[in-house]
Order: sequence, then structure tokens, then C-alpha cells
Amino acid sequence: MMRRLRALIRKEFLQVVRDPSSIAIAFVMPVVLLLLFGYGVSLDATNVRLGVVVERATPDTQSLLDAFSNSRYFRVDVARHRADLEYGLVAGQYKGIVVVPADLNVRALQGQTAPIQVIVDGSDPNTGALVKGYVQGVWQTWLAHEAMVRGRPLTAPVTLETRVWYNPEVASRNFLVPGLVAIIMTLIGTLLTALVVAREWERGTMEALMSTPATVVELLAGKLIPYFVLGLGSMALSVAMATMLFEVPLRGSLLALTGVSAVFLAAALSMGLFISTIARNQFVAGQVALIAAFLPAFILSGFVFEISSMPTVVQWITYLVPARYFVACLQTLFLTGTVGAVLWPNILGMVAIATVFLGLTARRTRKRLD
Amino acid sequence: MAAAPTTPDLATLNNVTRRFGAVNAVDGVSAVIAPAQVTGLVGPDGAGKSTLMRLMAGLLLPDRGKITVDGFDPGAEAAAVHERIGYMPQQFGLYEDLTVAENLALYADLHGVEAGARADKFARLLHFTALEPFTARLAGRLSGGMKQKLGLACALLSRPRLLLLDEPSAGVDPISRRELWSMVYDLVDQGLGVVLSTAYLDEAERCQSVLLMDAGRVLYDGPPSELTTTVAGRTFAVRNIGGDRRRVRDRAADQPGVIDALIQGDAVRLVLAEDAAPPAPETLEAGPAASVEPVAPRFEDAFCALLRPPDQAPLPQLPQLPQSATPLNVDAQAMVEALDLSRQFGDFTAVDHVGFRVRRGEIYGLLGPNGAGKSTTFKMLCGLLPPSAGAARVTGIDLATAGPTARQRIGYMSQKFSLYGMLSVAQNLEFFAGIYGLRGTAKREIIRRMVEAFSLQPYLRGNAEALPLGFKQRLALACAMMHGPSILFLDEPTSGVDPLTRREFWAHINAMAGAGMTILVTTHFLDEAEYCDRLGLIHAGALIAEGSPEALKARVRRAGQADPTMEDAFIHLVENHTHADNKRTEATS
Repeated sequence: MMRRLRALIRKEFLQVVRDPSSIAIAFVMPVVLLLLFGYGVSLDATNVRLGVVVERATPDTQSLLDAFSNSRYFRVDVARHRADLEYGLVAGQYKGIVVVPADLNVRALQGQTAPIQVIVDGSDPNTGALVKGYVQGVWQTWLAHEAMVRGRPLTAPVTLETRVWYNPEVASRNFLVPGLVAIIMTLIGTLLTALVVAREWERGTMEALMSTPATVVELLAGKLIPYFVLGLGSMALSVAMATMLFEVPLRGSLLALTGVSAVFLAAALSMGLFISTIARNQFVAGQVALIAAFLPAFILSGFVFEISSMPTVVQWITYLVPARYFVACLQTLFLTGTVGAVLWPNILGMVAIATVFLGLTARRTRKRLD
Repeated sequence: MAAAPTTPDLATLNNVTRRFGAVNAVDGVSAVIAPAQVTGLVGPDGAGKSTLMRLMAGLLLPDRGKITVDGFDPGAEAAAVHERIGYMPQQFGLYEDLTVAENLALYADLHGVEAGARADKFARLLHFTALEPFTARLAGRLSGGMKQKLGLACALLSRPRLLLLDEPSAGVDPISRRELWSMVYDLVDQGLGVVLSTAYLDEAERCQSVLLMDAGRVLYDGPPSELTTTVAGRTFAVRNIGGDRRRVRDRAADQPGVIDALIQGDAVRLVLAEDAAPPAPETLEAGPAASVEPVAPRFEDAFCALLRPPDQAPLPQLPQLPQSATPLNVDAQAMVEALDLSRQFGDFTAVDHVGFRVRRGEIYGLLGPNGAGKSTTFKMLCGLLPPSAGAARVTGIDLATAGPTARQRIGYMSQKFSLYGMLSVAQNLEFFAGIYGLRGTAKREIIRRMVEAFSLQPYLRGNAEALPLGFKQRLALACAMMHGPSILFLDEPTSGVDPLTRREFWAHINAMAGAGMTILVTTHFLDEAEYCDRLGLIHAGALIAEGSPEALKARVRRAGQADPTMEDAFIHLVENHTHADNKRTEATS
């Protein structure tokens, strides 16, 4: 019994080691995805091109202009007339235009309504909102600075002081990279597992295995265990890259992280095995795994798109996506710490999904071809 | 392990039925499998052979009826049955990215071979299968014949009482087939019961007992020789034919009372209906010297007589098909020319200085084991693959460098038929007519003629993938020659096709050659080689022999072997060549 299982596991490892496509999915893909998301994709706006119209240059307008130029969020072009920059806004060259009036100092320091005009390109709402926020930030800072320099109290009645917790830099990398780990584990747990089982059907080896005394439990465990280990391995690789290369904080305990990952892997693997009981060729298995596991993990897990801002019906659907629970756990573990109140409900969600799929798979898998 | 109830029969099937959808794959089969003998499962494609095999292996459950294997029910007592059988599925069930030794170790563990007994057992099996030198090689890198042997070794690790081999010789060269049979006989001598399914009818003759199946039913159950005797006295050969043997075959097939007529080298073999008199040589217009002589019946004759209703309508004759006029300046002696062709893939020489010429209206067969380089040679001739050295010319033009007009002269039908399964027959025809640049009235006219020539009318609206195999083949052929090529390349057109469908296909090929089309065909069915005018025998990338089927057979004719088969000739020529090769290697090293 144990010997049969050991033989199946050894076979699976040998196959993974010799099959370049398995290695690619298990180790190359995580690295590529992490590098891509860690360096390339960022939801933060830096170096946004901004047009600033200075109607009449004075020391005050110059100091405001400097404030914009020195901000790491903006690259500034200056013009005399608004018309000079409007074309650039229409062409998408500038994300926004700031118009600084000639009587800036008079009005601003007398506490009148905001005298500068900001025109934002709203075609990309996300960037638009960011630009608006950053411009406001620069303006506020400048006002405060001016007030201090002139030794006068700031006339604005309330000042807003924002403090961001857990991710003070508001670096999108810090929540993208933990979420990415969920995507990578979905790839290994569901896609790779579905593919390798389908390959056994395609090549006729499944038929040969089924005619041996190996039992259904052994055949299933012989697939689950190797890919479980592989999944944890690539998890360790991803976490190491996240913390060392991208300096994402890991505030929760490693033990909790391992435990949560193990539960998620169980859910992902059981989905992969279930897909392979329906689809017996690699093409169909790949398609089903992409549509049923990978895309939902990407779109509906809260990895990129905030779940609470989705339509209600779509929010319900996210409860069926195991990655949703995992992403929540990962973001908590990385950015906040080991918060039981967040982790336990999510762990239960994943356990439920794993149980359903494993049960379905075990019921559907018999040592038969039909 | 529970003690098996003693039973003289190794396996029994009692009125077993298994449906897939609306089709009865196995339909009321009753049979008994005896120990210590080879039982052959024989029949056309889709007859239910593999389903029956899987039912006995417990991999499928019967819808009705009862099966026992060594006293156990494969459905309810699968565990007990799996300890008693060795099963080799089609494609051998090997892990291609594991080595020979790793495959063996895996199956040994799965079958619970004790660690102590293992070394001894491996040594014996490796010796038995002659795989000793290759234990560290990946199974995927083995030749077809070696894979088959390794598959057999893996199936034998359980020390089975019943060995189930599903098409073990499909896609395996004749030499490996011969070796497989000698191993199977060894096992039978040790008391094993072997069930073996096969599409090769000469292999059926080597079984002690056969189950001949068609459409899920058993048509004959008993020793093959007994079935063969049912056509005793009804088999004849037309010899010393003056003129075109293909015409003679066509005329003979039209004679009343002739069930089967096929070309065998220079002769035409006839199988007659019961009580029918052999046709006179004059009615066949076979020339003054021709004679019709009785010959010994073969299993295949009986097979065809049993499966083909005697009163069936003769195959529709092909009307004159469109053919692009061959330009006058083309040498009719060299429609196709391979000039010292070579092709390397990395370090591997797939084709090694192959040269031959094909005349107009000739059927030229390229013969050889899988991986010998037949398809590579073909692809170079069609201009699909540039040669590493040498030249390939078709009607005097090098297709690798010529423009599309030159390609209009050739038609190519690949192993897998290259049809669009989800398109209807009519849509497939229109699509292929479209790619060849036909449109308007010309296109409609060509399609009409193709539909008529290949009797596709009843299937026009159905999807191509749902066609019966024979019609798929006709459709593929129609698509390959719609543009009126003067040369047709057929790459293993009959691979995986049963004898009856193959006969029908060859009737079309013969008709086209008769109409002046030049035909190149690759095959590993050696009986089909007999239909060709000339053969090139390719082995390990080299052309090792060339000539008419009769000439090749004559090269191995000697005292002990007065009437050698094409297979004898093939094996002899290949072994001679390998022998000479080895000597050469020894001399140089």
C-alpha cells in the first residue's frame, strides 16, 4: 500500500523534473509574474505629466511652481496661456492642467476660495482621481509652507491630516505582491494538476495504472501529494522574493502563512483534480482550468479589483472563488499581522470549497474509464 | 488473496452488452477464453475489440451480461482481477519521460513485486525483451518496437494468469511484430492465457483461436484454420497476366460470383462465392498466356467472404477526374525525382542519400518501419521541408523553390486526413476548392463531380468527423485532388483502417493510376505493398532496396522458402542490410 503510493509519488516527481513545461509553470512563471507585477505594474501614479499655466510670474507663483516640480508625482511643463496646453490635454499628453491666476498671493493668503483651477483628464478615472488628489496635496503643503514662512496662521479653518495605516507609502506593490502569490498557487494547484492528469488520459497511461492493483485513494493521493509539495515550494520562492527583493513587509507569523497556504492548496488541488475528471484531454483541461480557476482568481479575488466595489451579484459569486479567501488572508498576514478574526472565517471558506471538490472528485473517480 | 474457484476456463463472457450512447459497442457477446493459448480479437475498426478488452480488465462495466476472469467478476471484484491480469493498452501505457528501468520499477511497485525478487525478475524480463542495453534510455526515445516490448514487460510484472494486449502491433515494424509473437508463444508455453486484438489478418492466423467481431457481435469463434477452410476450393490466382493487372482486377471484381479480387504482386487473387466457377482467363482479358489456378486459402480470404455480402453492389467506377495537363516538356519517366536526398535534424540523419524516379501512371510505394524516414522523404518531395542536401523534383521542378503554380500539380493527403471535423462534407469540399483558387461555375462543377465520383451525396450535410471511416478517407482524397493534380502523395493513407475499407480505398487509387495519375504512397501494411508497381524499401533513413514486389520477393526465394511473402522479403532485406552495416562498423572501428 505505502509502496504503491511511494512509487506513484516518485514517478510524479521524476516527470516534473524532466518535463520543461511543468518546471516552467512551477518555477519560471512565478518569477516572471512577480518581476512583472513587482517592477512593471503599479497602480500608483508617479511622473505624471502636468501642465501648469502661470499667467503672470511672481515670486509666489514661482514657489508654487517649484512645489509642483519638486513633487515626485509630476513632471511639469509651464506655459503662459491655457490655450498653449489644452491641446496637450486633449491629445492625452498631460493628465491634468493647473492654472495659477495672476493674483494668486492676494487671494490665497486672504483665505478666499481656492483660486487655482485644475483640469483633469477623466478618461482614466483612476489616474484622474490620483492626479486630483496629488494636486490638492501639493497645494495644501504649499499653503502651509507659505503661512509658516510669513509667520501668519493658516486661514483655512480645518486642516486635514491623513495617516495611512499598514501601508504608509500606499505602495500598490505591497498589496499586489501578496495577492500574486494566490495567483501563482492557483496556477500550480489547479492548472498544472488538471493538465498532468489529462496528459495521463491522453497518453493511455491512466488506463494502464487502472488495470494495476493500485487503489483510487492511492491514485488520487499520488497526484495530490507531489503537487502539494511543489505548490508549497513555489510559495516559499514567491514569499522569499516578495520580502527580500521587493521588501514587502511580512508582519504575520510564518506558521500562519504556511497553514493558510496549505488549506488554499488543498482547495486549488481538489479543483484541479475535479476538472481532470471531466476533461480528459490537455486542451480542454487547460481551457476549463483557465476559465474556472485562473481568471476568477485574477479578477474576482480582490487581488486587483476591490470586491466591495463590485455589483452585489458579482460579490456573491466571489464567495465561490477560493482565491478570494486566500488573498484576504495573505494581505492581512503581510501587511497587518496574524489577525485571527480575519483569518479564521477565510480558512473556513477554503476548507468548505476543498471538501466539496474533493468529495465530488472521490465520488466521480472510480477505477474505470466511463 | 481469496482462493479462486477452480475453473478450466480462464475467462468467460456470457451475453455481454455494452452501449455507448445509442451504439452497442459490444452486443450480446458470449465466449470462453482458455488458458495456455492465444485468443485473437479480430475485426474492422469499431467492431468492439477494445471495448471487450476493457470489459475483461474491469475498466468498463457491462450494461448486461456477466463476465468472469479467473473466477472473479471484473466489475465487483476489480481488485482481485487486477492482481491476475496484465493489461497493455493501445500506445503501451508507458511514461515517456521515465527511463526503461524507471518504468519497470514503477509497475513493479504497483504490482507489489517483492524487493528481493525484483532484481532477478527485471533481469529476466530485460533479457526476454532484449532491452538490457537500453535500461537508462527514456521510454519516449525508444523505437515503436522497443516500446511495445517494454509495455509487454511492464504488463508481465504481475505474473498474470491472463494477459490482455490491445493492438500490440499497431504501428510496429514487421521485425518487431515477429519478435513479439515469439515472446507471446513463450508465455503461452508457460501456461499464460493471452488475448490479443489486431488489425493484421496474418496475425490472426497465428492465434490458436479467434473471435471475429463486427459491429459488436461475434461472427466467428474458433480456430482460424477452420474459418479458412470455409473458403477452401474457392480461392484462385490469375497468373501470367499480359497487360494491365489493375484492369484485370477490375474486370474480375465485376464478374458474378467473385467476392474479392485483389492484386498480389504480378498476380490477381480471387475469392469466389460458394458454388461459383472460376472465371475464364478470356473473360478477364488477361492475355493469351494467363491462367487461373487454385491457391491455398488464407484467413483474410475467409474474413472478407464472411464480412462482405456476396451480392453487394460493385464499387462505383470513378468517372474521368479532372487532371491538369502535364506539360509536354516533362519527362514521363521522371514525374517525381529524388536526387540524393538527405535531411538532418540536429545530429540525427532522418534521410540519408535517397534517390529514385517515378514514371507517369505508376504507383510507387515507400515501405519501411516507423521512423525510417518515409514521411520526411515525402515532405521534401512535396516542398514542405527543404532538404539538407540533394534535390527533390516534381515534373522537373524543385518545389522548395518553385511558385504556387507548380504546387497545383501535386495533391497531398496526410496520415490524419486533415479534414475540418466540425464542417459539413459540403463545406469541406467548398473550402478546399476555395484554397485551390477555384470559384464560380468551375468550382460548382468540380464539387459536383467529386460528390458523384466518391458517392458522397447522402453525407453532404453531415459533419466530417461523424462520417464512417471509409467515407472520411474518400472525402480526404476528394479534397486532395480537387484541383486536378497530376501527382498524388498519400502518406500512410490506410493507417488504422480495417481490411475492407482499405480494399475500397485501393480500388479508388487503382482507378486513378489507370487514368494516368502518378501516385506515391507510404505504408507499413506489407500486403498493400503488393498493390504497388514498384517499391522503395527505406530503413534507417536509407533506401536499401528497390524494385517490383515480385522482384523483391524473388531476392529471398530459396530452397526452404519457395513462396515468400512480402513480409519475408522485408525482414530478410532489412536484416541483411543491418548485418552488412554492423560489419562495416566493425571494420572501421
